[in-house]
Amino acid sequence: MTTTFRILMGATALCTSAGLAAAQDVTLTVATVNNGDMIRMQGLTGEFEAAHPGIKIEWVTLEENVLREKVTTDIATNGGQYDVMTIGTYEVPIWGGQDWLKPLEMSAEYDVDDLLPAIREALSVDGTLYAAPFYGESAMVMYRTDLMEAAGLEMPEEPTWDFIRQAAEAMHDPDNGVYGICLRGKAGWGENMALLTSMANSFGGKWFDAEWVPQFDQPAWNAAMSYYVDVMGNYGPPGASTNGFNENLALFQTGKCGMWYDATVAAGFVTDPDDSTVADKVGFAQAPSAEGGQKANWLWAWSLAIPASSENPEAAQTFIEWATSKGYTELVAEKEGWLAVPPGTRTSLYENPEYTEVAPFAEMTLAAINSANPGSPTVDEVPYVGAQYVAIPEFQGIATTIGQLFSAAVTGQTSVEEALTAAQATATREMRRAGYPK
Amino acid sequence: MARQTTTGQRALVTVAAWGIGILISFPIIWTVLTSFKTEATAIASPPVWFNFDWTLQNYIDVNTRSDYARYFMNSVVISIGSTLLGLAVAIPAAWSMAFQPTKNTKNVLMWMLSTKMMPAVGVLVPVYLGLRSMGLLDTRTALVIIMMLMNLPIIVWMLFTYFREIPGEILEAARMDGANLRNEIIHVLTPMAVPGIASTLLLNVILAWNEAFWTLNLTTTNAAPLTAFIASFSSPQGLFYAKLSAASTMAIAPILILGWFSQKQLVRGLTFGAVK
Repeated sequence: MTTTFRILMGATALCTSAGLAAAQDVTLTVATVNNGDMIRMQGLTGEFEAAHPGIKIEWVTLEENVLREKVTTDIATNGGQYDVMTIGTYEVPIWGGQDWLKPLEMSAEYDVDDLLPAIREALSVDGTLYAAPFYGESAMVMYRTDLMEAAGLEMPEEPTWDFIRQAAEAMHDPDNGVYGICLRGKAGWGENMALLTSMANSFGGKWFDAEWVPQFDQPAWNAAMSYYVDVMGNYGPPGASTNGFNENLALFQTGKCGMWYDATVAAGFVTDPDDSTVADKVGFAQAPSAEGGQKANWLWAWSLAIPASSENPEAAQTFIEWATSKGYTELVAEKEGWLAVPPGTRTSLYENPEYTEVAPFAEMTLAAINSANPGSPTVDEVPYVGAQYVAIPEFQGIATTIGQLFSAAVTGQTSVEEALTAAQATATREMRRAGYPK
Repeated sequence: MARQTTTGQRALVTVAAWGIGILISFPIIWTVLTSFKTEATAIASPPVWFNFDWTLQNYIDVNTRSDYARYFMNSVVISIGSTLLGLAVAIPAAWSMAFQPTKNTKNVLMWMLSTKMMPAVGVLVPVYLGLRSMGLLDTRTALVIIMMLMNLPIIVWMLFTYFREIPGEILEAARMDGANLRNEIIHVLTPMAVPGIASTLLLNVILAWNEAFWTLNLTTTNAAPLTAFIASFSSPQGLFYAKLSAASTMAIAPILILGWFSQKQLVRGLTFGAVK
């Protein structure tokens, strides 16, 4: 065979395959949240497209609440605008149970058993996986090691709420711009209500009893709320009732908080020397517990799922397997370092010395995720799942209203008792309207 | 005799005017300043004013992540398209109400305004379903129509008030000279109402440009305008204030420039007529 002929043959083969690829071109519309890890995924689109010729990705990247509104409208009306949706552990049990999502059957190479058990359980309905975790989080206490030392205290690995109060009091120094503790106060089901639901769980409280009767009139909620209003008022930053995750993050990063109890994903931000002025002075501890209760419970995973209305489910599955694989983790590590990999989804990541070496919070994060138990989040038996939320469609609306009532209690507009009475009335009315018990 | 104003009074008025002007435009000035900061300086407390290392990095980042031109073109088509379509419908409507009023004209005007009183989200699902079955989801056509319907009450109201200032006798004279209805509206009424029409047009372009409920909910990728572009940079987790500011600056710049050049028209239109 002459060289010319070989080149010609090669060129023909190339043209044919290019022609084939063009004929099969599939465009996937992927809806995702604009958190840092997802932006990174968007940046790696080229890598995916190069490895999977014939699949193109169009991104719809939006802020969490806007995205939720859009994908919920789309899935509830069978709109078919998206092939892959980024949803949380709150949506998966509801949507999966409605058959709005396609069940995921992962290849052997994907190693589905490597997923952290708590996360996998939260993303399954009756044992069927409906979404693949992109990154997972629980909650933990972040604190300033230097201030703690100056206060002459030592943070235990598993603190109690009493210790947190004591430490907050000792570190509180408003004259020098340091506040004992920063907690979420901004009203919203994903803001203050996530924190308060998890706190109430730890005080032995719950949202509903087995008959779906709201429990805000019970002593456990009163104990949790009184504690919360007390520490926020006495040792919190000014205007604490309007602080959400981002505001507290900014406060902590600029050295204004002694302690901060929030999502584990914050650990990566507060230890990043580029953004944080206290990067080398941060310690971590498990979620606090109360006497007679348990550890505060928190579990969330941003996950990728295929709506039943997608016209390209095979290509969508290919993309999801890629984005949540071990290979993706390695790709990110290679491009941007191990600190940048999406955390909290796979056991193998926490067994990888390259990761644990650079991430001082890895062990704590893993322990927090493993100890979260959204399947039975409370001391008593409850008819719902969800740690810092209740996975029923009505929760968003009810919790938003109650979040405002509780936020008002922080500002002192109402007393704890008044807020809880109003919350009980709201929840009772809304649940009756929604037809519970079902 | 002209009123006497002392230098002191004038200085006072000038200072007050500047103060109010700066106060009103402060959010925009701050956004523009923030867009040139690093993320760390953007959240610095106490805030840094001018004394920081100016950087264009945010603009570079925003442009690598998103295709600004596509969003921009969608915004232009949607805002201008919907306004022109709205004017085509509203000029005849306002003409009939201003010059041929019946006893129900007031009620019709009120009814039109009342459609603005319902929260948009209340009709989201029906509109979404309707557009889905017509295959119009994520198209500019759908948004041009929806924006036009959204702003139509305002367009009609504005034009109605301008037209009312024009003496009906002039139109009558045109009719006496043999102008038919079409000629009367196009050649007599419209030229006299140009300032009013211009300010209506500008205001509605601005309203449609900034509309962020329908444009976000009815689009995914193909028809997404600049509101979706900004929304993709506003994040509740992690700090991207500087990038968000850069995206916002890029999104408001075109309309700000348009407003700047047309401010004379706008003011003249808004104060058109002797009694306003």
